Amino acid sequence: MYAVFRKELADHFNSKRFIILFALAFLAAMFAIYIATQSIRGEVTASTEFIFLKIFTLSGKTLPSFLFFMSLFIPIIGIALGFDSISSEYSSGNLSRLLSQPIYRDAVINGKFLSGLTVLAIIIVSVIAIVAGLGLRTIGVPPTSEEVLRLVVFALISIAYGAFWMALAVLFSILSRKASTSMLSSIGLWIFFFFFMSMIAGAIANAQVPLDSNSTIEMITHNAEISGTIGRFSPCTLYGEAVAALLVPELASLNPALMMISTVSAGRMLTPLPFSQSLLLVWPQLVSIVALAAICFAISYIRFMREEIRSI
Amino acid sequence: MGQVVVETTDLTKNYGGFTAVDKLNLRIEEGEIYGFLGPNGAGKTTTILMLLGLTEPSSGTVQVCGHIPTRDPIKVKRLVGYLPERVGFYEDLTAVQNLKYTAELNRLPRGEAEEKIAALLATVGLSQVADQQVNTFSRGMKQRLGIADILIKEPNLAFLDEPTVGIDPKGIDDILNIITNMARKGITIIFCSHQLPQVQKICTRVGIFAKGHLIVEGPVKLLEKQAPEEGQYRIEVQVAEPVPKLAELIKGIKGVTDISGPPELLLITCSADLRPQISRTVVDSGSSLIGMKIEEYSLEKIYKEYFHED
Ligand SMILES: Nc1ncnc2c1ncn2[C@@H]1O[C@H](COP(=O)(O)OP(=O)(O)OP(=O)(O)O)[C@@H](O)[C@H]1O
Ligand SMILES: [Mg+2]
Repeated sequence: MYAVFRKELADHFNSKRFIILFALAFLAAMFAIYIATQSIRGEVTASTEFIFLKIFTLSGKTLPSFLFFMSLFIPIIGIALGFDSISSEYSSGNLSRLLSQPIYRDAVINGKFLSGLTVLAIIIVSVIAIVAGLGLRTIGVPPTSEEVLRLVVFALISIAYGAFWMALAVLFSILSRKASTSMLSSIGLWIFFFFFMSMIAGAIANAQVPLDSNSTIEMITHNAEISGTIGRFSPCTLYGEAVAALLVPELASLNPALMMISTVSAGRMLTPLPFSQSLLLVWPQLVSIVALAAICFAISYIRFMREEIRSI
Repeated sequence: MGQVVVETTDLTKNYGGFTAVDKLNLRIEEGEIYGFLGPNGAGKTTTILMLLGLTEPSSGTVQVCGHIPTRDPIKVKRLVGYLPERVGFYEDLTAVQNLKYTAELNRLPRGEAEEKIAALLATVGLSQVADQQVNTFSRGMKQRLGIADILIKEPNLAFLDEPTVGIDPKGIDDILNIITNMARKGITIIFCSHQLPQVQKICTRVGIFAKGHLIVEGPVKLLEKQAPEEGQYRIEVQVAEPVPKLAELIKGIKGVTDISGPPELLLITCSADLRPQISRTVVDSGSSLIGMKIEEYSLEKIYKEYFHED
């Protein structure tokens, strides 16, 4: 397995794909820094806590935050690393030759997956490190240990989230055997979750509890609860909630209804949660993301082990 | 009697309701070059995949080098080399890098591997392009690389699935030579093909497959004698300045059953090796004889018969 892992890793590092992905992530980091330094002065007062985390979460007037970039890029990176992992071996006629070597069949898929995961981790960690480093220089406020802790967990969740998309792409690459089909399927699914899921959730909620100008607060919260629950079927939402709770310690609850109220009553200064409480808050999301990744990988694994390998 | 390397009993593979391989009983001994001969879809590749443990048999048993491939895949794969029907390599890697990877998967020490790779690339005639990416290789070059890829693990047994497809005649000769040399080194070889002349040329034994059945099996020489009719021969005669009635004269020789082709290149079918008589006739007629080639032709007949069965 180690040999497969090493070869795949070397392939990744030598590929143009890796350079492109890294450049993309690097650009996002630069952009985020720029936005944050532009708007951070207006946000910070003497009493502001967690100034360092603001670099990651602040958005400009028209420009999105680093978090938004991450939620956009991580799936793309994951898919790009996985979509042709198995199908390229099929189409090049490599797989039957590879599997006639004295290695276990799962060594191939494990090695590929782990090497992808390593690349993913390297990209994510270095992007966060770049943002943190540049942020440190521009705002000149060092992170507290709690902030560092939150960033570490943020990196871990991001890696798990990327792993989910990669596992999904690997699964499609086993099912379809054609790189283009597998890429389109994964991207299609991502677009569905990222753009359409919230619309669908909203539509269903509105059908259940129609809102108009004289709706009561109960109706509004009920509506929000329904759309929030449906939204949680999307890994994009799970990730969004998890990182929000981690990097915005003031977020006291992920209950969509309560979140709505807190935005309604904006202006009220919220007291930040301690790290352990934030972690507790995102625990279900974290577990769900890891579980989703594990399920996708397990299905790929089983399919691959049973597959009959022909070179045609 | 050599050691038995491959043994199957009632080996069967069903795909849904379709039987690709039907109750196959094979026994192949050490040092043989065994030819799997058969038309498309006969089940040759399926049989090989089952022997390798890449496909689960539906029923029946397989033993390869004393192991059961589906139970001990690693042991079998350590002893067996497989050249797939359409062999592929990592296109972005060079020939040497591809072979290094195979060596690594077979746990060869690095230094030893490098020496061996250089030697093998020379054997298959790829030394010139050793450091070129495989995506610049032609079909035949990849096929040669595939053979080097097998040899690197020093197998006891090699499955070559149509190694000569898409290769020019000179290349075919080269590859057949390499295969014979492999056999000389003691590697048992299973050679899949639908090219009768190639099988005839290098194999010690052949099995003819059709529709999942092994129809006939035996040493090439013996099979030729077993032909339904008495052995037939085809003689090709090349003549300069043929006299007009030459064809008729030859037809008059006892034993000649048919004659065709232009006067300069006559194709004569006969029931015995009539080369002496034919050459005498040609010379006596006043034409000059340039060359003569004899082709044994009975196995082809068996082969064709079974192929046109449906
Ligand atoms: N996965 C599959 N599902 C259904 N049928 C299959 C499958 N794989 C092979 N077959 C069938 O099994 C039969 C035997 O195929 P096989 O590849 O063994 O033939 P072959 O002798 O190698 O032919 P060729 O000379 O074309 O390589 C074919 O009729 C093919 O259609
Ligand atoms: Mg075949």
